[in-house]
Amino acid sequence: MRSVHALAAAALLLLPAYDLASAEPKQGGILRVYHRDSPGSASIHEGATYSINVPFMPVFNNLVMFKQDVAQNSVESIVPDLAESWAWSSDNKKLTFKLRQGVKWHDGKPFTSADVKCTFDMLMGKSQQKFRQNPRKSWYDQVSDVTVNGDFEASFELKRPQPALLSLLASGYTPVYPCHVSPADMRTKPVGTGPFKFVEFKANESIKLTKNPDYWKKGLPHLDGIEFTIIPNRSTAILGFVSDKFDMTFPTEVSIPLLKEVKAQAPKAVCVVEPINVSTNIIVNSSAPPFDNLDIRRALALALDRKAFIQIMFEGQADIGGTMLPAPGGLWAMPKEMLESIPGYGPDINANREEARKLMQKAGYGPDKRLAVKVATRNIPIYRDPAVILIDQMKNIYIDGELDVVDTAQWFPKVARKDYSLGLNLTGNAVDDPDQSFYENYSCGSERNYTNYCNKEIEKLFDQQSAETDKEKRKKLVWEIDKKLQEDVARPIIFHGRTGTCWHPYVKGITVMVNSSYNGYRYEDVWMDK
Amino acid sequence: MFAYIVRRLALMLVTLIGISIIIFVLLRVVPGNIVDILFDAAGFVDPTDKANLEKELGLNLPIYQQYLNWIGGLLHGDLGYSYVSEKPALQEILPRIPITARLAALALLFSASIGIPLGVLSAVHQGSKLDYTLRVVSLSGLSLPSFWLGLLILMASVSLFGSMPIYNPNPKTWTEAFAIYAVPAMAVGFRSAALTMRITRSSMLEILRQDYIRTARAKGASEASVNYRHALKNAILPVITVIGIEAAFLIGGLIVTETVFNIPGVARFLVEALRWRDYPIVQNLVMLIAVVVVVANFTVDMLYAAIDPRIRYGD
Repeated sequence: MRSVHALAAAALLLLPAYDLASAEPKQGGILRVYHRDSPGSASIHEGATYSINVPFMPVFNNLVMFKQDVAQNSVESIVPDLAESWAWSSDNKKLTFKLRQGVKWHDGKPFTSADVKCTFDMLMGKSQQKFRQNPRKSWYDQVSDVTVNGDFEASFELKRPQPALLSLLASGYTPVYPCHVSPADMRTKPVGTGPFKFVEFKANESIKLTKNPDYWKKGLPHLDGIEFTIIPNRSTAILGFVSDKFDMTFPTEVSIPLLKEVKAQAPKAVCVVEPINVSTNIIVNSSAPPFDNLDIRRALALALDRKAFIQIMFEGQADIGGTMLPAPGGLWAMPKEMLESIPGYGPDINANREEARKLMQKAGYGPDKRLAVKVATRNIPIYRDPAVILIDQMKNIYIDGELDVVDTAQWFPKVARKDYSLGLNLTGNAVDDPDQSFYENYSCGSERNYTNYCNKEIEKLFDQQSAETDKEKRKKLVWEIDKKLQEDVARPIIFHGRTGTCWHPYVKGITVMVNSSYNGYRYEDVWMDK
Repeated sequence: MFAYIVRRLALMLVTLIGISIIIFVLLRVVPGNIVDILFDAAGFVDPTDKANLEKELGLNLPIYQQYLNWIGGLLHGDLGYSYVSEKPALQEILPRIPITARLAALALLFSASIGIPLGVLSAVHQGSKLDYTLRVVSLSGLSLPSFWLGLLILMASVSLFGSMPIYNPNPKTWTEAFAIYAVPAMAVGFRSAALTMRITRSSMLEILRQDYIRTARAKGASEASVNYRHALKNAILPVITVIGIEAAFLIGGLIVTETVFNIPGVARFLVEALRWRDYPIVQNLVMLIAVVVVVANFTVDMLYAAIDPRIRYGD
């Protein structure tokens, strides 16, 4: 067995945020944060929105996690959590974790390897107890079994090497659950091992956490508790922040125009704008006319003026890229020259559109015979606004779009039925890793492959990059795949958005992640200087 | 009178049964259910998981059976479980009722205590500057949407006082406790106050032209006595009708006000429950509102007889 991470290195990485800062952290205080909506449940494993991660990640620990004071999630920023150390087998098909001893669940029961096995058996659908929903089951497709050796060692047996597994395990979406608490109870009264204990969750009202005095990381957390007040009305929430009712805004929830308001009314507030690894993209139903015609799909991709989208919606503060999040936030983005060589990404919009019009004419459309399509999208501003801009841009290539807003409850059923020609969609990535993105969104038969794009050749490349342990070689494969996906107009990416987070200057130890909005909410290092 | 009350009660029962059927069917006609929404958030549907969840929630049963299960439960005091929080619906609804009731009562109190005196003043001083000013105020009350007014109040209090009266379950001072209810009540009650003012004014103007008012004046009654003892007592009947109707319509204004002021009452909860298609919460809450409206109408009708001796209900 080859040890990958020396304990010394891990210990160094474990140094909490305040050691790297000059100030000595103060103990106590309740961090008051507003929450953007009432999450459907408290069970992170059953959710697919960071509305659950933000308030409930502090209740749990993972086996490993992304270091909370490093803004960019990467394999290098993964640190031990409930696992003291980990090691890959020589054939990279077994990942073994040595587990921490003496850790207790919030109800006083001891944490053991049985809890690890329970959690992942449930995620893989192997246990008798089932989640009501299991949205990330596919993350563990390459895991054949989770085995234990005594109370403090657990191993993941893989069907083939998958270096990305460690990153998936470090996500805020991958806490370890207790065996002795049912999934139903975890939805309403979660029990974890984390720095904060669950106190109460009043739907549409508040979520309260209190300090875990027996937390296994001595001296942490610094705060006495965290209180989330649920305020769906954004204006009220922002007014609450500027009038000091809250210490912090909901993470990555302040839009660029609202950020100006915040800075005007609370000039001392610390605000950061970061990418959230959510792409705004076009879903094209390539199984039915007119978009079964590759020329029309290519014309559509060529018609996009991405900079205009970014200027209108983000006042210039968003990024252009392929499937993977653009640099510098993203780790896997294509180099600029490679990106600009893809049709539609070149800087000359007029030339692109001229080419698009030729393709449309080849398909039988022109100024006298325009193509009428409905542009389906969710009835939410972040979906609706870019859809309106898209409709405007399509006019340049003889396509007349009509906005078809769909109620949230009907959006996915409609897309799954392929009851659309063209749609505007948002795709979030919990982990900045190609395995999570490619398999979920582009592999043949995947539930989230909304456009039914299926290319067996590219699928082989998915597996090849996934098994590649040499990072540089993997990166080159990923670029090749991403370029091909854009050229095939599988799901044209328009832009990758950025949003803001603000807090008052007395709040210390907040780090906003730059390549995921799902993993940075443990809050054990956060403290208040007041 | 007794026979009338029995007849009205029987009619109320029939109305409520009708409402229960309409709510139940309409909710299920609206596209999508909680299972769709939960899986929509996950971005995909596992058909087996979806079927299991629908079975667990009883959504796979025929609609008439779901209805009978609900009504059967209601008759036994079992309102079912919230699909979202998985807690008993009663446990979710009950704590929110006093919050909304307090807000609604304050809004109605504000509406009556501002609307009636100002309406009387406006009528008594018809054609004066005061009358014109009050009419402009009442018109603005009718034209300002309560969400806009609410936001305006919040913004003004942040810029003037650096604080804002949003809901706090444990207010530290008496003034804070008052502010968190009184300010939203004013925002939502402003429209009703304006309406009450206009109705009071027009009703008073009509009464003040009656012969018996002239007689009262001729007999040397003071202006206050004429206006309040003789005129207002007779002009109040249409005002009570309007306040009764406003009580029923208040729920619409409360939805917006509870959202803007972040008050965790029944009205906002209803909207959230609708968003999630949380059938047990929505259907029980709408029934509760229906009961309140029906009872409010009944009470208003009974009040007519108490206030105006000319009105007698009988066979």
